[in-house]
Amino acid sequence: MGGKIGELEAEKHVQYILLVEKRKDDFESVVTEHLRMNGAYWGLTTLDLLGKLEIVDQDEVVSWVMECQHESGGFGGNIGHDPHIVHTLSAVQVLALFDKLNVLDIDKITNYIAGLQNVDGSFSGDMWGEIDTRFSYIAICCLSLLQCLDKINVEKAVNYIVSCKNLDGGFGCTPGAESHAGQIFCCVGALALTGSLHHVDKDLLGWWLCERQVKSGGLNGRPEKLPDVCYSWWVLSSLIMIDRAHWIDKDKLIKFIIDCQDRENGGISDRPDDAVDVFHTYFGVAGLSLLEYPGVKAVDPAYALPVHVVNRIFFSR
Amino acid sequence: MEWKEEGEERPLSQRPEWSDVTPVPQDDGPNPVVPIAYKDDFTETMDYFRAVYFADERSLRSLHVTAEAIHMNAGNYTVWHFRRLILGALNADLHEELNFIKKVANGNPKNYQIWHHRRWVAEKLGSDATSKELDFTKKILSLDAKNYHAWSHRQWVLQELGGWEDELDYCKQLLEDDIFNNSAWNQRYFVITKSPFLGGLEAMRESEVNYTVGAIIAKPENESPWRYLRGLYKDDAQSWVNDPQVSSVCLTVLSAKRNTVFALSTLLDLLCHGFQPSQDFINAVDALKTPDLDQSDSNLATAVCSVLGHMDPMRVNYWAWRKNKLPAQTA
Repeated sequence: MGGKIGELEAEKHVQYILLVEKRKDDFESVVTEHLRMNGAYWGLTTLDLLGKLEIVDQDEVVSWVMECQHESGGFGGNIGHDPHIVHTLSAVQVLALFDKLNVLDIDKITNYIAGLQNVDGSFSGDMWGEIDTRFSYIAICCLSLLQCLDKINVEKAVNYIVSCKNLDGGFGCTPGAESHAGQIFCCVGALALTGSLHHVDKDLLGWWLCERQVKSGGLNGRPEKLPDVCYSWWVLSSLIMIDRAHWIDKDKLIKFIIDCQDRENGGISDRPDDAVDVFHTYFGVAGLSLLEYPGVKAVDPAYALPVHVVNRIFFSR
Repeated sequence: MEWKEEGEERPLSQRPEWSDVTPVPQDDGPNPVVPIAYKDDFTETMDYFRAVYFADERSLRSLHVTAEAIHMNAGNYTVWHFRRLILGALNADLHEELNFIKKVANGNPKNYQIWHHRRWVAEKLGSDATSKELDFTKKILSLDAKNYHAWSHRQWVLQELGGWEDELDYCKQLLEDDIFNNSAWNQRYFVITKSPFLGGLEAMRESEVNYTVGAIIAKPENESPWRYLRGLYKDDAQSWVNDPQVSSVCLTVLSAKRNTVFALSTLLDLLCHGFQPSQDFINAVDALKTPDLDQSDSNLATAVCSVLGHMDPMRVNYWAWRKNKLPAQTA
């Protein structure tokens, strides 16, 4: 097939996302209803990156989001679902896309998140106490967007993340756990947002990350695993945050992502010729954004939101 | 469906024990953002779940409907949440619960909710659960030896409940199955540093270096043992540089001229830490140069970077950066 990079089927992906959001007859939609908040974030952020967010009815989305909030201040994955830190971040991100953070009771939501921090600085996902560095990132990202980082013990949060650093320079979900690109994104993102990147050995981690690129040009998440489009986000955003993105072969990665598209029906899959889903569609488009693919808006590697959205939060008072 | 008990094929609406309950449909709001239709039996099960959930009925029949809902959709965390409340209220037999989780996990080995629920149960059972948890994770790992959830759970079990005795042997066995299994190498490091039955990193170092060198010679293109070797000298780079086994395995691999990338990068790191190469190293690297490379590289480290840039073109920018950053006195 040669090295020629094909086209991004932007219009097809937009239609795919709109279709998924409106589908009435789909079992897959049914079994993912409990994580609709995440799905809304993936779909809507993709639409914004492709310049098509205005197609969506903002008021409908915002009122649905707010119906997912609980007394505790946390958000569930859909109406009638229990609160969890994961959906709380997605809710804030969706509201940020529409410049509607002002509908939030800031104290209520930030108290919920702060209440999930543990004595050792780690964060639980919800009242049941699951601990994972993913939740550290989520808490820090969410509070940072709401400009309330001082509600948690940042120093302890950072110390916990550092305790999850491994000898290869990477990070796992808990101390001693294997380095994994998804966990690395969370830890590096959290350290970036708290001004703590000096804890990262950028050269060592940068090398581990660029070693994720395999022959096909795609990225895997751990040594000797298969490439997956979602790592185009987690590996690349991490590399960008530590200023080492030029260590991968960008053209080959672009080609890999482009090849993961379903050119007929829209959507992007984990690897070429597999079934598409909204999750991989988002990470493929976000990856292309980081690679400065034409026609895709810039995305912030730490907040995982379009740069114009982040700027609007921090630079317009 | 094999998990259904005898006599439970009837829809919930036709079972006498549910006749007093009015099922509750999914509320998508007045103008649903994502209106969706449901497959009939899934719909019905979830409607009955919602009925007992909103009524906060923590009964045996509620427990059963959560089981049905979970079997149909193990990702619904609200169902798991309510199941935990019911288990608490009924003071249920948590060993039975472990069996239930095992069945669900077979079809969903990468589901966060299942693993978290398993951990919650195991935590309550304490050391009674130790051997069951080690067996369970072993079973899952026998199907997918890199399952991140299984490894995370296994590490938690070892640290909280114990059972370290056979762990190093287990790692050895997994590496025999697949020497490239990075998770097993990670676990090996976890064991030698934390097991109360071994002497700690420094005490284990010599035997581990021997083991790792063997793994490298077998498959020099394997990323994991090279990193593991470096990890054995955590915080003591000088000992790593001075260990003749480290430099010698590099030379062995370089001289064989196959799959030399990690040997070259390790040699580069050694040189940056002050390693003084013998003529053998210089010759070995020379032999890897291709005619198009600059033959006049003044020192070995620069030459290694050039060779790497050529051999590993995907990361040509990284190797160029390494060349630029070489410390002044590198050989």
